[in-house]
Amino acid sequence: MTGPTPADPNEPAGARLPEFRIDRPADGQRRRGTGRGWRGRGAGGEQVTVPPVDFTSYYGRPILKPPVWKHDIAGYLFTGGLAAGSALIAAGAQLTGRPRLRQVSRGTALGGIAASTYLLVHDLGRPDRFHHMLRVAKLTSPMSVGTWILTAFGPLAGVAAVAEVAPLLPRHGALGLARRLAPPVGDVAGLVAAATAPALATYTGVLLADTAVPSWHDAYPALPFVFAGSALAAACGVGLIAAPAAETAPVRRLALAAAAIELAGGHRLERMGLTSEPYRQGRSGRLMRAGRALLAVGATAALLSGRSRALSALSGAALLASSVATRFGVFEAGVTSARDPKYTVVPQRERRDQEGDRSPAEKRT
Amino acid sequence: MVHANSLYGPLDPAPDAGYEDAPPRMGFFTDTSVCIGCKACEVACKEWNDVPASGLDLLGMSYDNTGALTANSWRHVAFVEQPRPSGWATPAFEDTPAGPPVSAATATFGAETATHTGTDPGIPSGSPGAAARMVGGSEFLGMPGAQPPGRGTGVEGRSDFRWLMMSDVCKHCTHAACLDVCPTGSLFRTEFGTVVVQEDICNGCGYCISACPYGVIDQRKNDGRAWKCTLCYDRLGAGMTPACAQACPTESIQYGPLEELRGRAAARVATLHGRGVSEARLYGHDPNDGVGGDGAFFLLLDEPEVYGLPPDPVVTTRDLPKMWKRAGLAAVTMAAAAAVAFIGGRP
Repeated sequence: MTGPTPADPNEPAGARLPEFRIDRPADGQRRRGTGRGWRGRGAGGEQVTVPPVDFTSYYGRPILKPPVWKHDIAGYLFTGGLAAGSALIAAGAQLTGRPRLRQVSRGTALGGIAASTYLLVHDLGRPDRFHHMLRVAKLTSPMSVGTWILTAFGPLAGVAAVAEVAPLLPRHGALGLARRLAPPVGDVAGLVAAATAPALATYTGVLLADTAVPSWHDAYPALPFVFAGSALAAACGVGLIAAPAAETAPVRRLALAAAAIELAGGHRLERMGLTSEPYRQGRSGRLMRAGRALLAVGATAALLSGRSRALSALSGAALLASSVATRFGVFEAGVTSARDPKYTVVPQRERRDQEGDRSPAEKRT
Repeated sequence: MVHANSLYGPLDPAPDAGYEDAPPRMGFFTDTSVCIGCKACEVACKEWNDVPASGLDLLGMSYDNTGALTANSWRHVAFVEQPRPSGWATPAFEDTPAGPPVSAATATFGAETATHTGTDPGIPSGSPGAAARMVGGSEFLGMPGAQPPGRGTGVEGRSDFRWLMMSDVCKHCTHAACLDVCPTGSLFRTEFGTVVVQEDICNGCGYCISACPYGVIDQRKNDGRAWKCTLCYDRLGAGMTPACAQACPTESIQYGPLEELRGRAAARVATLHGRGVSEARLYGHDPNDGVGGDGAFFLLLDEPEVYGLPPDPVVTTRDLPKMWKRAGLAAVTMAAAAAVAFIGGRP
């Protein structure tokens, strides 16, 4: 870059400012979508075409602070849902006498909840203080409610999964006693875990919605359903991949139900007005579309797979991938909506202009 | 103590939080019509509260090099330059050509600059298109001009302008979403009705940051915890005025019992309207608004979003009962789907 050109006394002040720019953000190019019709960057101020006036802002900066949650939380949405769905399937398998499906699902529930705990603690600004969550129980804080759900679910899922190793223990002595006691204890733990599982899968919808993030908050009626469906789909995916085909008939039916629940919820996500935009556009929109397509493929393949191991595995992989894509899509849509002042200002401005008589001192000039 | 208006609507927050014989609710009234943009409030706050430095960079946002409220800036003076005269004053350039007004280029430049605040998300970059719009056309006076007024054009090309300055701060909402969603109890309501973070409890979960409808609370990077204005809780307890209000040379920042401040603010608006400043309006004063009224409210001379404030914020927890109902319905649906799938196929 050559140095700044000598000052022209007639140029507007600030026209050459971009020449001095040193720290242009790397992702600045991508987010320029809102600047439709805006061009002439760096070529002198007067050529700038100002986009249509649809809202004002303070230097275009976001009003809200975008979430500081890293992708750990998007990952947790997936692993937590997977654990919850698997615990439900494990209980169903236990009650209907499908031992391989039960083992696989109990193992997945434990793995999912262990990964969830790791991701949640890792995302904290002060991971060594994770136990401060256990100081209080607050219904107004979905994160507090979730902490207690996890605290109940985790050990139960753990006991149910560990009970599966009973057949490996010796027949006599103290371990022999454990060998006899483990299966009934595991069964009880598995059933209680399954009773808490739907709460684990759906509270995360409230966790995201109970924020000022426009695309999350406005989606509060839909998110718990999307997440419930996504959780079941992921858990069905693991069942279809790992359990023998002879035991997976209910899983195939459940995959269809999961797809129906998630797609019905997702349909609503796209019809909330302006704050739906991030669910349809950009990276988050692509993730949501990928999630839907994979869900349709996975559910159809599950229906057709019958006793085919290959088709079952394919279906399972599609369902798992669908759940990952949907979770990351919802997460990113929220972050996008908090980063752009448009999603904060325009809906609030419309609401206030409609209720113009509420505070006469604040009428527009 | 559960109250019918615990989540939404007018409320006196300290008694609702369980304080008996609480002192009157204390707050700030920031009258931006007399703010001179000296930033004494920012400095006094940093000094008293031992807030770390927040970078030293020119942001290209007029004289605003703080950028936003962050964990390391608990007061933030916003500067907005507009191509129109102040309502009551003699136009600054009545007899002087003001020169070519600065373009939207400077505003768009200001949208993307960054400084190392040492906080997360700190001052996220904005949208240049939206920034270009804040100038209301091509006649924006961005950075102060380098040339004497009027060079290059005649009187016919001039435009008048005004500066809006506002010292922003945590609003200490009646219904504080940050406090309600805090899963550790680190955020609490004081006996003065203010909202304070206990730094020995906060574990940096970041929930308050997403919950705040004003984008106030923020996280320190090297420390991981959330920080914001305490309304100088330590000074209040000793009967002292918060540092920013103490330092303000024009009484733009006024501290006192909220009821008294609301009365004073209404009188001030009436005075300004009487002087022809019809654009003067209060923001955050109304106990019937979406957050139940702010403990720190403002007199503004333009729409709130011009200053980077949300035009009509609603506390997210207003809808929390409905959210839990939807989650319960989804949970039941999920359990029923699993039950039907396993039972349905049995012979």
